[in-house]
Parts: sequence; C-alpha cells; structure tokens
Amino acid sequence: MVVATGVKVIEKAKKQKLSHNSKTSKVSAWETVKISRHPQRPILQDYIQKVFTNFVELHGDRAFGDDTAIIGGFAQIGNQKVMLIGHNKGKNTTEHIERNFGMAKPEGYRKALRLMKLAQRFNLPIVTIIDTPGAFPGLEAEERGQAESIARNITEMANIEVPIISLVIGEGGSGGALGIGVGDRILMLSNAIYSVISPEGCASILWRDAKYAPDAAEALKITAQALLENNIIDEIIKEPAGGAHTDYEQMASEVNKVLLRNLKSLSNYSVAELLDMRFEKYSAMGKFAE
Amino acid sequence: MSWYTKAIEEKKPHRKTLWVHCKKCKSHIWGEEWEKNLNVCPNCNYHDTITSWQRIELLFDKGSFHELFENISPVDSLNFTDLKGSYKDKIQANKKKSGISESVITGHGKIKGFNVATAIMDFRFLGGSLGSGTGEKILQAANFAYDYGLPYIVFSASGGARMQEGVLSLMQMAKTCAGVARLNKKNIPFISVLLNPTTGGVTASYAMMGDLNISEPGAVIGFAGRRVIEQTIGEKLPDDFQTAEYLLEHGFIDSIVQRKDMRDYLANVLSYYNR
Ligand SMILES: [Zn+2]
Repeated sequence: MVVATGVKVIEKAKKQKLSHNSKTSKVSAWETVKISRHPQRPILQDYIQKVFTNFVELHGDRAFGDDTAIIGGFAQIGNQKVMLIGHNKGKNTTEHIERNFGMAKPEGYRKALRLMKLAQRFNLPIVTIIDTPGAFPGLEAEERGQAESIARNITEMANIEVPIISLVIGEGGSGGALGIGVGDRILMLSNAIYSVISPEGCASILWRDAKYAPDAAEALKITAQALLENNIIDEIIKEPAGGAHTDYEQMASEVNKVLLRNLKSLSNYSVAELLDMRFEKYSAMGKFAE
Repeated sequence: MSWYTKAIEEKKPHRKTLWVHCKKCKSHIWGEEWEKNLNVCPNCNYHDTITSWQRIELLFDKGSFHELFENISPVDSLNFTDLKGSYKDKIQANKKKSGISESVITGHGKIKGFNVATAIMDFRFLGGSLGSGTGEKILQAANFAYDYGLPYIVFSASGGARMQEGVLSLMQMAKTCAGVARLNKKNIPFISVLLNPTTGGVTASYAMMGDLNISEPGAVIGFAGRRVIEQTIGEKLPDDFQTAEYLLEHGFIDSIVQRKDMRDYLANVLSYYNR
C-alpha cells in the first residue's frame, strides 16, 4: 500500500488559513467540527511520515480480510519502538473511497485487536490514532458483527499488558473511535472533536432536523477543552494558529514531543500497576447522583 | 406479601385499557390474558417489553432478590437542552413515569436456587439509554459479582448511548466492559440476555460480550440504526435484519429462549458452572 505524500496539500493549505486564526478569538464548537473535518487536515498517513520512522505495515484480521480504513504496524518514534494503529480517511476522492472515509468494518477492529495482542507479545507500547466519522453503518458490517468487534476491543483493551496511548487527531466518532480508544492516556489535538454521536445525527433525532447540527455540537460538549474539563481526556496538544492544516511541520513536532513524554511516563509502571490504573481510570468516568 | 412483591405492586404502572393491541399482528387481546401470558402475544408470539420489576418477579425465586445501588440516578452535568427542553426535566419526568431512578435495576438474587448478581435494564426510563448512572450501576454489579464470585447476568433493553450526556455516556461502554474484563480474567461467567431492543453503544459493549448471549424471539439487536443503513446502502433491508433470529444465524447469539422458559433455561445453564 502506498502512503501518499502530504507535501502538495501542505502548500495548498498554507494559502488557505482559516479566518479565525487569531489567538484570542473563541472558536465555536461547530467551527471546531469544520476544522476537524478540513480537507487539508493532516491524517494518519501524514503523521506516519512526519512523526514516525521505519513503519512496517501489517495486514489482515486472519479471519475475513484487510480493512484499509484502519492502518497498523510496527513504527518508531525517536528511539522508542511502538505498535501504531489508527484510522486513515484518505486525502482525495480516490483515497476516501479506497479507505471508506476511515469508517472501519469488523475486520478493521479485529485487525486492530490482533495487532494489540502482537504488541503485547513483542512488549511494545501501543499508540492508537483516532480519526473517524464512526464505524461503518452498512449491511455487511452488521452481518459480520460490527457491534461484537467493537465490544470485544473495548473489553480486551482493558487487559492488554502494555501501555496504550490514544490520540484523537480529527474526528472521534462514537463507538467507532472508542473501538481503538481505550488508552491509559487519551490525548486530543486542540481542534479535534470526540462525540457520542455526530452533531448532524444528534440534531436529526433531538432537534428533528440535521440543520440544527451547530446547536447539537455546542450541547454535546465535543471540543477538546470541554472534554478536558469533564475529565474525559488527559491532555490537549496545541495546534498551530489556524489549525493543524496550516503547518504540518509544527503540528508533527508537537505530536512527537507529547507522545514521547507520555510514552516515557507510562514506561515506569509494572503490568499490574498499569492494569489497575486503567481500571480505575475508566471506573471513574461519568457523573451521576448518589 | 413479601417486601419485594409489594415493591413490584407499587411500581407496576396501572393498566389503562382492558384490551391490548398487539404491535405486530394488530390483534386485540384481553388485557388479563395478555398479562397472564407475560406480555407475549398469544396469537403471534410477539414479545412485548416488560418492566425490570416484572422481569425480576418472573425470573427470581420469591423473596430472593435484593436491590443494590438503588440510590444512583442521573445528573444533567452538561446542562443539555434541545428543542423540547432540558435533560434535567426529562430525568424528572422519566423518574415519575417509571417509578425508578435509572435505566437499570441492579442487585443479587436466586434463580431456582442459583445465586447470581444481576443488572436488568428498563426501556421505560429514557429508552433504556446508557447514561453515567447506568454505567456505574452495571459496573458496580459486576464488581459485586467479582468480589463474591457470583455469575453475572445482564438483561439489556436499550436504544444505546444517552446523547444528553455526551462523551460521558460513550465512556460508559469502556467502563462497563472494564468490569466484564475483570470477570473474564477471574473466570466468572457473564451471561448477556439481549432483549427487544438492544442497539447502538449497548450492543457494542457489554451486551455482546456475554460468555453466553441469549435473546427472546423477534428481539431487535443491532449496532447502526436501520434507517441509517438504508440511507448508506440506498436500498431497503430484509424484514428479519437485526432480529434475534438473524443474529443466531450469523453466529452472534447462543440461543433464542421464549420468555416463559427463560427462568428454567438460565437455571439449567447455571447448573453447568462447576466451580
Ligand atoms: Zn400479535
């Protein structure tokens, strides 16, 4: 498989800085949604080139096929070797179709789980990169167990005996994101979003019309800042002014730095400590009255 | 009358009409007959929803069920308001309507003498949606099973994640599955009973993770909504798509059990737990 270069699009993107790039302006949730889906926004294949080296892609779920909406394999960041797994949306129409817009099917989640277990075998920390509108809502996906594949990943990730870092680089679309997202650290780029349902989907159910998506986006509290305040995520990686698409190099260097720091801090724990911490982390999720 | 039967009597909503209209075959059934048949249509075997307390009465030995974590209830932590009003008001209205304080009842009890920890979702409360309180109760009940070495049975009936709690709701999928993962590690059986309907984030988390996945006839079980899929593929889906029968055929559930046989079925499989 060929990982496309991002060079041309960077040049193009630099000329297309969004209007609200001043540091002081407050960006609305809906504007953040648009930045997170920006056609020139760096995607996993860009980070594979700019943050990681020596990527060895591994294919297939050993049961049905190879889902190209999820990429995975051995990779190196600095001197640290890791297992890298993530959604890949593609950059142009051809790639979008080839990658199903980053919407994975059961075989994608099952490949991801296979690689996580491989990481455990090789004693490598896992980095998962999240960027998907959601798991693929199709007939064959249901037929092959979309729900089961996501459920299994979420469950088994609780017991994976190596550190897991999950980074949302664009869209964190519901169960399709969480299916590779049960990390010891959950990180987000500052213009990424993470949501239980797409703002359009939520609007069409609760507002009875998808055109209320901006209201739904606001109400759902899907921005990195809101999620940090609600103790869902651990850290925000700051994007260049105007968004990640305006400066690939700067974005890549920030991601590199933050991933390495988190990998280092997670390397200090025993397996038992790590799994206890992970259990406590997810046990503490949510707010309710008692 | 034992305290728990009394509780059921109090919580049972009053039947408004003498006749019940079957949602599937449209026949009119005498209310008393409908109820005696456990809300199952005597004409077409349609399994209508029943409340958590009705299910408890149906499955557990008399006087054996003890409710746990009953004080947990939802909060509107995001101050979520849509066109029809605030989540806060919806919580109050649903509490009043159902007489319960979350979309799941948790506890422990005996099924023909077999001790189990259990969580029974109730579709009446916000469509059985998975909120933070729901996730907490399902995890706490799993932890109870873990601590006491009891098999854990979860009865799901849910439209999926609770949108009004945003990603807090999504994370309940990871939270509940973390509880299931600990049971797996300790070799404690987890039985999932998927009832009509079990969809979205509930299917894509604990409900599909049973060591045994059991269902009732005709139950709708799926991940994506039927309409969303039809829009994606641009064609109509077969009638039996996302039914218990369809899932059985595709290898995702172990058995479809009639409501009247569920107690015997569960007791029988529990008798094989040799520990
Ligand atoms: Zn009928």
